[in-house]
Amino acid sequence: MAETRKVTARVGEVSVLAPGICSMWIEGTGFAQDAVPGQFISVYCEDKSKLLPRPISICEIDAAGGRLRIVYRIAGAGTEELSRRKTGEAVEVMGPLGNGYMINKGVDHVEGEEERGGQAVLCPGTAPDGRADTGKCSVTGAGGKGHAILIGGGIGIPPLLALAKELPGGKTAVLGYRDNNTFLKEEFEAAGCQVVIATDDGSVGYHGNVIDAIRAQGVQGDMIFSCGPTPMQRGVKAYAKEQGIPAQLSLEERMACGIGACLACVCASARPDAHSHVHNKRVCKDGPVFFAEEIELQG
Amino acid sequence: MKTNVTIAGVEFKNPVTTASGTFGSGMEYSELVDLNRLGAVTTKGVANVPWEGNPTPRVAETYGGMLNAIGLQNPGIDVLLSRDIPFLKQYDTKIIVNVCGRSTKDYVEVVERLFDAPVDLLEINISCPNVKEGGIAFGQDPKMVEEITAEIKRHAKQPVVMKLSPNVTDITKMAKAAQAGGADALSLINTLTGMKIDIKKRAFLLANKTGGLSGPAVKPVALRMVYQVANAVGLPVIGMGGIATAEDALEFIMAGASMVAVGTANFFNPRATLDVIEGIEAYMRDNQVGDVNELIGCVK
Ligand SMILES: Cc1cc2nc3c(=O)[nH]c(=O)nc-3n(C[C@H](O)[C@H](O)[C@H](O)COP(=O)(O)OP(=O)(O)OC[C@H]3O[C@@H](n4cnc5c(N)ncnc54)[C@H](O)[C@@H]3O)c2cc1C
Ligand SMILES: Cc1cc2nc3c(=O)[nH]c(=O)nc-3n(C[C@H](O)[C@H](O)[C@H](O)COP(=O)(O)O)c2cc1C
Ligand code: FES
Repeated sequence: MAETRKVTARVGEVSVLAPGICSMWIEGTGFAQDAVPGQFISVYCEDKSKLLPRPISICEIDAAGGRLRIVYRIAGAGTEELSRRKTGEAVEVMGPLGNGYMINKGVDHVEGEEERGGQAVLCPGTAPDGRADTGKCSVTGAGGKGHAILIGGGIGIPPLLALAKELPGGKTAVLGYRDNNTFLKEEFEAAGCQVVIATDDGSVGYHGNVIDAIRAQGVQGDMIFSCGPTPMQRGVKAYAKEQGIPAQLSLEERMACGIGACLACVCASARPDAHSHVHNKRVCKDGPVFFAEEIELQG
Repeated sequence: MKTNVTIAGVEFKNPVTTASGTFGSGMEYSELVDLNRLGAVTTKGVANVPWEGNPTPRVAETYGGMLNAIGLQNPGIDVLLSRDIPFLKQYDTKIIVNVCGRSTKDYVEVVERLFDAPVDLLEINISCPNVKEGGIAFGQDPKMVEEITAEIKRHAKQPVVMKLSPNVTDITKMAKAAQAGGADALSLINTLTGMKIDIKKRAFLLANKTGGLSGPAVKPVALRMVYQVANAVGLPVIGMGGIATAEDALEFIMAGASMVAVGTANFFNPRATLDVIEGIEAYMRDNQVGDVNELIGCVK
């Protein structure tokens, strides 16, 4: 595991992708090369009356350039302040945080087959603390090559881009938006994804939610990776179970420390957790990515 | 330059510890902080059995502070003894174990389990505002404070620090009650009960509706209470509540605290404990203070 660091980094290139949706490269963190898709960083506010760090997922990793990209929605005062930062200004961040999506590389101690027939495959295996007893997934894609289904809803879409860039094999990105502001769509295409769009208002792609779009389009795959609002994730979990496909869900919860010490950010776990010894897992430390059957999605 | 302080016969290399519940048992923060530098690590409240804690959201940010209603989630004393204490023993720092319970019997059970453990002080949380039974119920009635202190003292091997609630009319009454029960030291303040409403959703921010306020916003109140308690009883005091810098810590020390704890500040500055230690040393150098004990309670 890469060491967690809190550093004063620099704002790199910034842009506005859609109304209220901003993109920011962060340079000079010193930990970009250690980050893996699905991990997040804590961003600290300049205004010291706002104490708590803002957890934001890593949207892109430029290891060679030592840069990380975040894409965020202006949701309140903290992200509003962030959106006013200019290139070259200092920004306090801590990372890399959390576990990240489990793929056939970039994850420590994953038991399971790394490669099959010379082809990289998606294999959940078992996490270091034995949290996921999903076993080895059967990879049924053509030539033993796994096909990934990436499901993102709204501001849950950005972390899937870093994943799309690193996933070997075929991949379909099913992206749910409110309207025709389909931010990052072209970048998913450039990363080699077949892209299926669902919109709430029907202005682009399928009119409805991501699961409806998957059914309508007959999207097939061997592993689901998802991130988005809880109702969507509940739908994904039910769909994955119905289809017998393993699913990795990235969750959100209010945080304070961001590193697993304060127990603010827990989610309900199906079984007693190895660290907490109760039915709780820390989203910031044990997650934010969990196998669907590890967790209960409430609320 | 002498920075060590003594509380109930236990000597600490410097007067800085962590506030219970904000630092886990040090494991997570050890990546960011050299635990060897700390006077002590105070661990998250531990009960006789694992506690699930409250539903989420468990935290909310407020102006200059935060509310929490973790609900004392903890893995129970077995795990503390088998995992957390051995972890902390690898470091050259003292260990203060914070204890919680729902009944006097619960507290006594934990304290007895700690009898042979290599632990330096016990901090008894009778002031958590976030659990229905136990916790604060003990801390708001002087008679109960005295009784539970006496009962714990009967079973404890290590010196006992009673952690007081600020959610009372007169905190000196609780301090005197703990002293009458035989407490070796006092710590304060725990969090102040507060609330936040999300006006968009017309709902409480916290699942628990109320939570404990901590962070810089509470500092003046905490400082006043530490001053009152330090002057009302002769017991050593561990002061806390909003300490984020050495200046904050020095205010508490001058008000009468023998030791200080850094809590919420760890969340926005993981190095806050070290900054406080280094800042106190710098203050002593700059002001020719040879012994930190000269500063304790120097403002009357
Ligand atoms: C693991 C993780 C990854 C995330 N990744 C992204 C991302 O890539 N892009 C993005 O736009 N947003 C992301 N979020 C949500 C983001 O953290 C919040 O939108 C942000 O904290 C809001 O801060 P604010 O000051 O603008 O809002 P305010 O509502 O003023 O914030 C007040 C407090 O509530 C917390 N808070 C508010 N909303 C959320 C939320 N949804 N989740 C957690 N804490 C919240 C804030 O951190 C702050 O402490 C992520 C959240 C988590 C937990
Ligand atoms: C997230 C959180 C968890 C806490 N858990 C405990 C606990 O388990 N036991 C306890 O006695 N106090 C607990 N406290 C209270 C702190 O130890 C401290 O008394 C209080 O937060 C004031 O200090 P601060 O402003 O520096 O945080 C907790 C506080 C926070 C913010
Ligand atoms: S935010 Fe503190 S444990 Fe996750």
